[in-house]
Order: sequence, then C-alpha cells, then structure tokens
Amino acid sequence: MFRLSGVRLRHCKNTADCVPVRMGVPKKIVIPMSMHIGAPARPVVKAGDAVKVGQPIAENGGGLSSPIYSSVSGTVKKIDEIIAVTGAKITTVVIEPDGEQAVYEEIKPPVVTNREEFLSALSNSGIVGLGGAGFPTTVKLSADVSKIDTIVVNGAECEPYITSDTRTMIDDADAVADGLAMLMKYLEVDRVIVGIENNKPQCIASMKKATAHIQGIEVRSLPSLYPQGGEKVLVYHTLGRTIKEGQLPLDCGVIVINCTTVATISKYIKTGMPLVERCVTVDGSAIAEPKNVIVPIGTPVLELIEFCGGFKCQPRKILMGGPMMGISVPDLTMPVLKQNNAILAFDRKDATPPKETACIKCGKCMERCPLKLSPCDISAAYKKGDGASLEKLKVNLCMECGCCSFICPAKRNLVQTNKLAKVALREYQTKNARQKEGNK
Amino acid sequence: MDNSVLLVSPSPHVRAKHTTRSIMLDVIIALCPALVASVIIFGWRAALVTAFCVALCVFFEWAFEKICKRDVTVGDLSAIVTGLLLSFNLPVGIPLWQAAIGCLVAIVIVKQLFGGIGCNFANPAITARIVMLISFAGSMSDFAAKNDATSSATPLSGGEMPSVLDLFLGNHGGSLGETCALALLLGGIYLIVRRVITWYTPVVFVATVFVFTFLLGENPVEHVLTGGLLLGAIFMATDYSTTPSTKWGKVIFGLGCGIITVLIRVFGNYPEGVSFAILFMNILTPLISMWTRKKAFGGVIKK
Repeated sequence: MFRLSGVRLRHCKNTADCVPVRMGVPKKIVIPMSMHIGAPARPVVKAGDAVKVGQPIAENGGGLSSPIYSSVSGTVKKIDEIIAVTGAKITTVVIEPDGEQAVYEEIKPPVVTNREEFLSALSNSGIVGLGGAGFPTTVKLSADVSKIDTIVVNGAECEPYITSDTRTMIDDADAVADGLAMLMKYLEVDRVIVGIENNKPQCIASMKKATAHIQGIEVRSLPSLYPQGGEKVLVYHTLGRTIKEGQLPLDCGVIVINCTTVATISKYIKTGMPLVERCVTVDGSAIAEPKNVIVPIGTPVLELIEFCGGFKCQPRKILMGGPMMGISVPDLTMPVLKQNNAILAFDRKDATPPKETACIKCGKCMERCPLKLSPCDISAAYKKGDGASLEKLKVNLCMECGCCSFICPAKRNLVQTNKLAKVALREYQTKNARQKEGNK
Repeated sequence: MDNSVLLVSPSPHVRAKHTTRSIMLDVIIALCPALVASVIIFGWRAALVTAFCVALCVFFEWAFEKICKRDVTVGDLSAIVTGLLLSFNLPVGIPLWQAAIGCLVAIVIVKQLFGGIGCNFANPAITARIVMLISFAGSMSDFAAKNDATSSATPLSGGEMPSVLDLFLGNHGGSLGETCALALLLGGIYLIVRRVITWYTPVVFVATVFVFTFLLGENPVEHVLTGGLLLGAIFMATDYSTTPSTKWGKVIFGLGCGIITVLIRVFGNYPEGVSFAILFMNILTPLISMWTRKKAFGGVIKK
C-alpha cells in the first residue's frame, strides 16, 4: 500500500494543554436553523416563549436534518434571518438568556436496549458531525449497517491550531470509549480503529488506556500529514480501502465518525441532555489569551473572544474552523455553530493573502494533492469553460482540503478555482443531460 | 468593533513559505559554483560575458513588459536565471553583440512573446543557444581554455581528450559553464536537497547517455563529462515550464533527451546534441504530461 500525498504544516497546537473552561451565559444567543448538512430545522417556538436549557426550539426539517435545542434558559426575542458565512440566508432563533440556566423538565436519560431505541434516542439528540462537516449523526448510523464491518474514529485533527478533539481524547477518553462500546453493541460492529496523528502522543496514550478493556478497539498512530483527517484519506490509511467516486464510506463497509461526536453520543445517552454546548478552540495571533472554551451553541463570536481576553491587537481576519479549510467571518455577531471546532483571529501580518503570480508549471499541486488531481490543469480548463476536460480531470472528487493552494509557489488560489470548477462541471453535466433528453 | 476591517478571503489561510522568487534564487545559488569555476578556467572575460547576459536579459524582460504595459516581473528573478544559463552556453570569446542577440531571442521571442514566465513551451536559454549556433557558427564553436591561448575545439569535436580528472574539474575547452562537472554536480545536489528539482530527469538523462554510448562502443565516461550534458541535464532539462511535471513524465523526458543526445553526437553532423535533444523533448512535453497524468484516487471512468 502506498501513502496518499499531503502537506506538512506548522501544527501550532498552542492550546493542547489548555483544559477546556466553561464560559458564562452570554448576553444574547442566536441559533441558526442550519447548523448541519441537509434541510434547515423548523422553529417550534415563537417570540415571547420562555425556554429552558435543553428544550427543543426547532424540529427536524424533514429527511436529512437535525432538531435543535436551546442552549440557555430565557425568552425567545424573535425569529430572525441572518446571512450565514456561506452567503446563504438562514432563519435564526434569537434568545435573551435570563442567566438562571434552568434545565428543561423533560430531560431524562433515554431508555436504550436495542438498535431501534438507540437510533430513535439519537434522533432527538441534535447531534451532528462535530469535526466540522455537520452531517446529522442519526442519518449516518441509520443506514443499512449489515454491510458495515468497521468503525473508523477520526481523531486525526490535522488542521493547525485546533485542539478541541485533542482535549476530548485526553479529558473525555472514557466517554469516547463508552460511546464506542455503545456503537459496537447497537450497530453490531466488532472492529473499531481510532486514527490519531502522531503529533498527539498524549491522546494516543489516553485513548489506548481508556479502550484497553474493550475487545476489538485498536488505537492507530498515523503520520502527521495534512489532510490525514479527510474521510477518504483516513479510510485508506487505516484500512487500505478506496472510497470510489460516488460512494460513501458505507459502500466500503465503514462508518467514519469524529471522536468528539462519539463522546457526545455517550454523554447524551447517559444524561439525556441534547447537544447544546461544545468545546471550541480560540486561538490565533490576535487573541489575548488562547484557550479551549465550552461554549453554549449560538454564542456570538465576539462574546466568546471577549471571554478569552479580547483582541491583543487589531484583528484582520476571523476564521470559523482551521486555517486550511476554515471560513473567514465578515461579522463578529455571527454565532458559534454546532460544528464549529475553532474560532481563530489573526493580525494583519498573518491575515494578508499573498499576491497571485503566473503558474510556473512546477507540478507541486499535482504532487501534493491527496486525491491525485491536477489543480493547475483544472484551473486552465475552468478558465476556458471546458466542461468536457473538467469531467475527465475529475474535479468533482476534490475535497477542498487546500493542499494545492498551500503549496503553490505562485500563490494561486487553486482550491478556490476547484470549487468554482465543480459548480461549472455540474452545470455542464445538467446541460448535457437535458440535451440528451431533448434528442430522445 | 468595526467589522469593515475584517478581511474575507478564500481558504487556505496559511501558505507555504516558498515563492517563485525563492525557487529562482535557489537556482541562482546552485549556478554559483559553476560561475566561479568558469572564471577560474576561462579568466575574467567569463565574468564579463555572464554579467552582460544577465543584465541584458533583465533589461529585455523589463523593457518588453513596460512597452506591452504588463506587470513587470523582473522581481521573480527568472530573467537572471535565463541570463546565467545562456552565458554558460557560450564560449568565452563570444563577441558581446552576438550575446546580446542571444538574450533578445531568449527573453523576447522565446519567453515573452509566448506569454512570459510559465507560458513558454521551449527553454529560452537552449533555444537562444541554438539560434546563435546556427547564426554565428564560427564564434560559437571557437572554444578556448585559459591554459592554451590558441583556439581549441571542445573535446567532442575531435580535439584531444583530456584526462578524466581534467574533465571532472573542467580544465578543458568548452562553453563557459559546462566544463566543470564538480561545480555542476554541487549545484544539482543543492537543488535536489532544497526540493527545487527531483532526481528523475537528470539521473535518467545521464544514465541513458552512459548506457547508450557504452552499447555503441564509445567511452561513456567521456561522453558524460564533456559537452553540455551535465549543465543541460541538471539545469535545463529540469526547467518547470518546458518539461513534464509528473514523475513518469520526467523519466520519459530524461530518457528521450538521452537517446537523442547520443544519436546526434555519434551519428549526426553536430559534435554536440544536448541542446537539440532538450528542445525536441520540450516540444513533446505537453503530450508527455497528458499521457502520464495520474489517475484520480477513487476516480471511475464512465463508459
């Protein structure tokens, strides 16, 4: 087996030793209805309603979706709309906390004895993939699991700065182990591989210790090569299986799940408290006191940063997520989402993008692409509007990890072009399909 | 806080340190041993020719971009590399006006008219050398080493073959930068260590020449150490824009260069074939790149 390519990054895991601290109740909570992949949740509260911690405020929007729970006790001020960082307009529930943090009366541990009960309990947990993707966990686990032989736990955390998964694996290793025991029992899978990058020896040790008593769990040390935590990369490096074009990990007999998601599942099954808070790494050159913070979902970014001592210098760029795939935030009133694992703030020096120059055809983008794509050729085909070439170049497989842009000596925004090319390819294919229909 | 100071830009938000300029600087550093060797072997006129070519290449690039109202890119240092490589391909006694024409061909015709850095399909220095070789056949093949003031031919064209040690140290007739194998190898190792180039092309190129000349009953060591083989294999056959960017493409490129070089040297009319070989393979590069493109991981070819 050969190894997939990637890039070596400065890890900057400055907060790896920072035990998460719980921040107080923010002055305002803004909870977007779209904090997951799929249909937005439907609000079930209206302005003026009193809510408590863990009380449902939005139900499953149908199909691929997830319910949402209040992270504070207080009063619903209004149902509003914001422009999300993705540019889409989304509905939000704005809550004014009363500071009491009274817990919703109906919170009690679910009774779980078999797979059906486990999945139905999870469908009320509001849990989504916490590593960043936000895929509704119930949907992932509800698929036909008869073909599944292995669960791969993603503890790679290959993005620089972020240490929220690191802390989960150190502080909550037992919760991860319990969660894995539950998954193995109810999904009837007898093999688990926990993949952790070798720059986190503490996590490897603590996960090994916590899972020692469970037969079938293997903790695997993986090289620190970004993007080790990419789904296709992780499955290939742990099991040697290739997730082919158009396939899901399920088609290869694998479920890939983030370690913090597993810990959250086990905590939910034990307490019945749905996903209302999470650990977020706050770091970057403009943050006064970088730390890991347990923060209520919906807390405005600015309040979270103020909790971390505010800015030590003028910030120029704020990121949700890591520096490789994170999205830059235009507005500090943006709330922390379920799938946010980090808020990073950078000063002018770190934030200014380099000037783009001409491609010198060095081939480094092709050499480093984990999926063996040819970003420079894709970029040329995209500029020509050449849909047929884009199809041949398989730009649809791009996972947008950013290795190509990172390594490019001419500082070209290759991954951005890939994203645009993916859209162009879809348009080309729809047009072709329509023409074929017409010919018939 | 004022949100207008916040910058929104596409990911990734961190970039690798190297730039086009730092890569070109590495190439310049790698060429320095050969430059020093050329001054020792051929005297101060070697330095003059080199400085003249470098200055003119930079000037032509600047002037052309100014006239065309393009962004001036002399800051990427690539014109300096072209100037160095071109001068290394010239004999020490070259009249400067001829060298000037070479610089004009390299920068304006071969590089800028095709769109500037990254867009040229042929190596500027190689092409300019060939143009000069055909146009000024006399002065281009008038090789003189410092230790004998009279003109002498490059060993390949039938002059007396020096000892292997002299060949390795470059103490013999030839173009400015091509004679000292030691200096060129030092530069090559530096480039490989700095990951500017990979070993595929140079090693395959040189090995092909070695094996092929051996099979033809020639002296393979002399063929490797004379002429522009090492200079071409290490510095010109590894040029990014004009050679394949895939691993197997580089291997094919080196193999092709090696075979053509030997064919020209042994069976052709020219004593030296490295430039022609590289230029010919330059032309095949887009095809080689296309043939050797990697198959996407998990990609399914639709029927």
